[in-house]
Amino acid sequence: MKINRFVLPIALFAVLVVLLALGVQRLPQKGVLQSPLVGKPAPEFSLPNLMDPSRTVSPSDLKGKWFLVNVWGSWCPTCVYEHETLMDIHRSGIIPILGLNWKDENHLAMQWLQQRGNPYELIAVDKEGRAIVDWGVYGAPETFLVNPDGIIVHKHVGALTPQVWQRDFLSRLPASNSPSS
Amino acid sequence: MRKFITALLATMTFVMVVPAFAVDPTELEDPVLQERYKNLTQELRCLMCQSNTLADSPSQSSEDLRRQVREMLVAGKTDQEIRDYMVERYGEFILFRPPFSGRTAWLWIAPGVLLLIGAIVAVRIVRHRSQLVDADDEPLDEDSADDSPVQGSTHNR
Repeated sequence: MKINRFVLPIALFAVLVVLLALGVQRLPQKGVLQSPLVGKPAPEFSLPNLMDPSRTVSPSDLKGKWFLVNVWGSWCPTCVYEHETLMDIHRSGIIPILGLNWKDENHLAMQWLQQRGNPYELIAVDKEGRAIVDWGVYGAPETFLVNPDGIIVHKHVGALTPQVWQRDFLSRLPASNSPSS
Repeated sequence: MRKFITALLATMTFVMVVPAFAVDPTELEDPVLQERYKNLTQELRCLMCQSNTLADSPSQSSEDLRRQVREMLVAGKTDQEIRDYMVERYGEFILFRPPFSGRTAWLWIAPGVLLLIGAIVAVRIVRHRSQLVDADDEPLDEDSADDSPVQGSTHNR
């Protein structure tokens, strides 16, 4: 009887430890959420073009191609960190990048691009963060991969690194987009 | 000790002052909408900070989301339509109160089950102990009298 008293609590405790350990191991990207927009059509927007505010930029400008949508702002420190990866992607010519400039000042954004280089094919200015809400964005940087049918195939939250690019983006692109061709 | 009390007081002051810096200055003209706005922003999560609500998060995205809630309220959307709009874009995680579904059933049921288990255990322990008290009316057997003479001597037979 004495043994029974302790077996149950200890067993329960062991189960709890195992569950928590699994939880910690299985969720390496704790806090990064799968977007419900993956697999859905990319939300439309029509926003001023940073380079020429008299024109607008919209995702349909790039329809029929694979493209990236990258949310950034000159106020965003992690965007500095991922910028070199974006430049590499741009130089490789694999896929155009649509920049979504979030809550920024145009002159600061321009200054940033002059200093670091411009990896973007087109830049839409979302000063008020309206397209941002439609795209389910909650921080910068975030990067979406959109296929030629305009469907969001993948979303990455946080800085793009060469590893992430290889693993999560290049692997999803068709062979015709690969750098060797 | 003195240091501890100072620290405690300092912390309490801080805790008490925080609400004074309300993040969200929104005052909608219609008091009914304002009330609904308050409730909604308190049950939607700031995804940037994750343990804050929209109402008390200073992040950029929360600012945008609060404006979205405001505009949808003024446009006459129902609370459910606003929640659905957010879930469609940000996923169910944005709701602090997840809806009851097959996937979340355990979340809702677990506390009740655990409470029930606790109650059963507590009842059993209490029953067991009251039985011990009953049993204690009988004279102590010789073994325990030998082992603990003090306890034995305090017992009146």
